[in-house]
Formats: sequence, C-alpha cells, structure tokens
Amino acid sequence: MAQVSSVAEGKTSKSITLRIARFNPEHDHEKKFMEFNLQYERWTTVLEAILDVKKHFDHSVAVRYSCRQATCGSCGMIINGKPRLACFTKISELDSDVVTVEPMNNFPIIRDLAVRFERLFDTHHKVKPYLIRDDSEITSNEKEFLQSPEELENYIQFANCIKCGLCNSACPTMATDSSFIGPQALAQAYRYVADSRDKGKDSRLKIIDDSHGIWRCHFAGSCSQVCPKGVDPAMGIQFLRGYLLGFRS
Amino acid sequence: MVNKMRESIIMKIHYGTALAAVALVAVHILMRLTQGFAESLEYANVIANYQFLPYAGMLEIILILLSIHGFNGLRVILLELKQGRAYEKAVSYGCVAAMIGLIAYGSRTIFMVNMGMV
Amino acid sequence: MEPRDENKEGIGGMVNPRRYGVERVAYLLMRLSGLGLLAYFIGHIYETSSILKGEVGWAEFLELTQTNEGHAVLAIVIGMCVFHTVNGIRVMLGHGGVGVGKPARPDYPYIPASQNSRHKMGIYSAIVLAAIAMLYGLAVMYGE
Repeated sequence: MAQVSSVAEGKTSKSITLRIARFNPEHDHEKKFMEFNLQYERWTTVLEAILDVKKHFDHSVAVRYSCRQATCGSCGMIINGKPRLACFTKISELDSDVVTVEPMNNFPIIRDLAVRFERLFDTHHKVKPYLIRDDSEITSNEKEFLQSPEELENYIQFANCIKCGLCNSACPTMATDSSFIGPQALAQAYRYVADSRDKGKDSRLKIIDDSHGIWRCHFAGSCSQVCPKGVDPAMGIQFLRGYLLGFRS
Repeated sequence: MVNKMRESIIMKIHYGTALAAVALVAVHILMRLTQGFAESLEYANVIANYQFLPYAGMLEIILILLSIHGFNGLRVILLELKQGRAYEKAVSYGCVAAMIGLIAYGSRTIFMVNMGMV
Repeated sequence: MEPRDENKEGIGGMVNPRRYGVERVAYLLMRLSGLGLLAYFIGHIYETSSILKGEVGWAEFLELTQTNEGHAVLAIVIGMCVFHTVNGIRVMLGHGGVGVGKPARPDYPYIPASQNSRHKMGIYSAIVLAAIAMLYGLAVMYGE
C-alpha cells in the first residue's frame, strides 16, 4: 500500500484509503484494486485524490477529467457504490475511511476509470437534440424565435444536462438492456418537446415509442437521484410519456 | 403482429387490462368473503357460481384481462434481460402463445362447468 | 461488441435495492410480485380445472390448499396482489405525469422533485396495506 501526504498537509488533515479499480480490457479478465493511503482536507475532492495518486505513485491510472467544477461531465465514476462526479464529491461527505472508485457501470471500459461514451452520444443524437422547424432564425422575417419566460421554465431545467452519463449508470433497465435508449436521451427528448419554439414533437415521440424506448422506464427514479445538475430525468420522462398516453398535447 | 404493434398501444392495453382486472378481481374476492370463505369453496356452491351466467362471464373476462396483463409483463421483463432479434421475436411470440394457451385452458373449465358438463 | 465488454451491471445490479432509496425497493417488489402473481394465476387456472373431475377431484384440490403451507402461500399471494395493485396505480399516475412535480430551475443540493413525499407515501402505503391484507387473509383462512 502506498502513502502520500501531499494532498494537504497540516493539523486538520485526516487520512483515508483510496481503492482504485484497475482494468485493461486488452489483457485483463477482471478488475483489480490498488490501495493508497492519502491525507485529505475537508474540501478535498475524490478527483484531487486520484490526481494526487497519479502525481506521486502511479501515473498510469487512467481517468478522464477536464473542468474540475461539474461542468464538463467528464469525471463520472462509481464512488463507494454510487455513480458520482469525482470533481463534485468531497471525500469528507462520503463519511467513510475507505473510498472505492470504479468505472461507471453500463459503459464499456477503455481503461481503469475511463469509459466509452459513444453509445450515450448515439442515443442523444437519436432523439434529435436541436430545434426542428421549417423556418430558421436567419431566414425568418422576425429577428429571433420569441419565447416567454414562462415557456422557458418548462424546459430550462432539462437543458442543464452535461452528458456525464451518471443517470445511465444508475438506471436499473440499463443494467441489463443494451438496446434501451436511456434516461439521458429521454430527458433530452423532453427538453426539446417542451420547448415552445420546437415543432419536432411527433418525430421524437415516434423514435422513443419503441420496444426499447420510453416504455422500458419503470419510474425507479435512480437517474434523478444521481444527477449532479438537478436535471431530474425521471420527471421529464414521465411528462414525455404523458404525451404518448394522451394526458398532454 | 405483436412485433409490429407500436409499444404505446401495447402499454395502453397493459394499463387498461390492469385497471379493469382490479375492479373485477375485487368482485371475485368479495364473492368469496360475502358467502363465507370456506362455504364459498364447497363443491355445490362453486358449481352454482359457474352456472350463474353473469359470474361465469366475469370469470372469463378476468381470465382474458389477467392473461394479457401478466404475459405482457413477463414479455417486458424478458426483453429487458437479453437482447437480439431472434430472442426478442421468440419472447414476443412465446408470450402471445402462452397467453392464448392459458385463456383456452381456463375457458374450457368455465364453459364446461357452465354448460353442466361435469 | 461482446456483452461482457459493455460493463453492464447485470441482473445483480438491477435487483439490488440498497443504493437508491425506497423507489428502487418498490421497483424490485413490483417485479417480484408481478412474476409471483403470474405464477399463482397459472397455478390457479390449473387447480380450479380440478372441478371438471367432479366432487372427489375438487375435494382433493381443496385439501391441498387447506394446509398451513397452503394458507401461507395464499397469504403471500394476497400481499403481492395488494402491493402490485396499489403501487401499480401509483406508477401509472406517475407515468401520466401526475404527482411528479413541476419543472423548475434546480438549486443545490438538487433534490429531485419527482422523488417526492407523495410518491414515497404511496410506496409505504402499498407495503402497509399489503401487510394488513395478509393479516386479514390469514384471519379469514384460520377463522373458519
């Protein structure tokens, strides 16, 4: 077990054991865990701890990250059993002496903590995540498509999605169904369907009304519980289903 | 046919059969309780129930509703467990076949007892 | 791509009720009760067909059900039936967008509006009603 105290030094620091899952699909058959003893402060995030391990012990630990402020959606991983953003999770709030980090479930592993996002981006594109209309703001006589503040409130919550994939990792259907479109894409379908400027509702509803579409959501709500941006995909999905059931028009 | 039907239609049927079955199964259970549970299960009483046409009709409707709801629920669970064109087709047609088989088997009991063939 | 490469959580992850609150418990119970009720329904159709064998055949079937094991199975079926019905109505309302909150700009700590107390109460009510119905069923079965 390796030790480092460079995350934070001083009297207020405490120590934890950081367990990092190591896996290379090219030659490993199962995940192995490497353990490191680290000092941390109240404000130290899991991502900072992982980067400290890279800096001092093992630079080969594969992790994807960028903004360090829960905006880019790159550092999603399983932290102590639940999908979370490493940059948005303070070690102190985990209330545990051992922090275990693993790659997100339901995403193919590239190596260690880094996973492939192709499928998430494919399903995201599938629901046409853009305004669909015959005219455009460039060619229209009006300068821009008008929208009231009330109309904006109908979808702005769902526009906060950063495509981190935590919702897809927590979803019980995604755990077994490789063809399920997933909570991320469904929430984004609702984001555009609820947008008063959009005219593509029918084509989107047709795409998600499939044997592995919206009906495979059973309102377990795990997606909403792990969303780091408060998007609440479960709410959007139920509203979207309301259109197909005839409760909304 | 089941493969071509839109999923929203199938799920509307799923919800509709559930709601209708709740109401009719409640009547079915209340019939046991109002007659006295043990008494209602006596041979003569059960035969009388089956031979009372509205009740026999209700049993037939419950049989159809629950078979549709139950086997569609099973289809949903199985579709989520494993994917693949052949597997999904087998699940869909298998569930429809099981549904028809169960309805046929249950209807046979209802019709034969109702028509006094026991 | 081989299924193993997808790193799916699998059935173990799907049925694990410990990580995401009572909603995930309800999801699991809904599945289990649905499968249990379908199995009972098939058995019920089969066992009631024994009436075609006449009074003797019916009496033999009744003997089977009027044991402690038979009563226990029926009590569990009653519990599954009540839970599946009450929770099913809750889920159906949710599926129509009823009681799942209203879209609003999220504020930290981002407590999801769809996972609200109304739905939690619905789940707890389904569990409590199922327990009461089981006790009532046992009282009826053993009371007579």
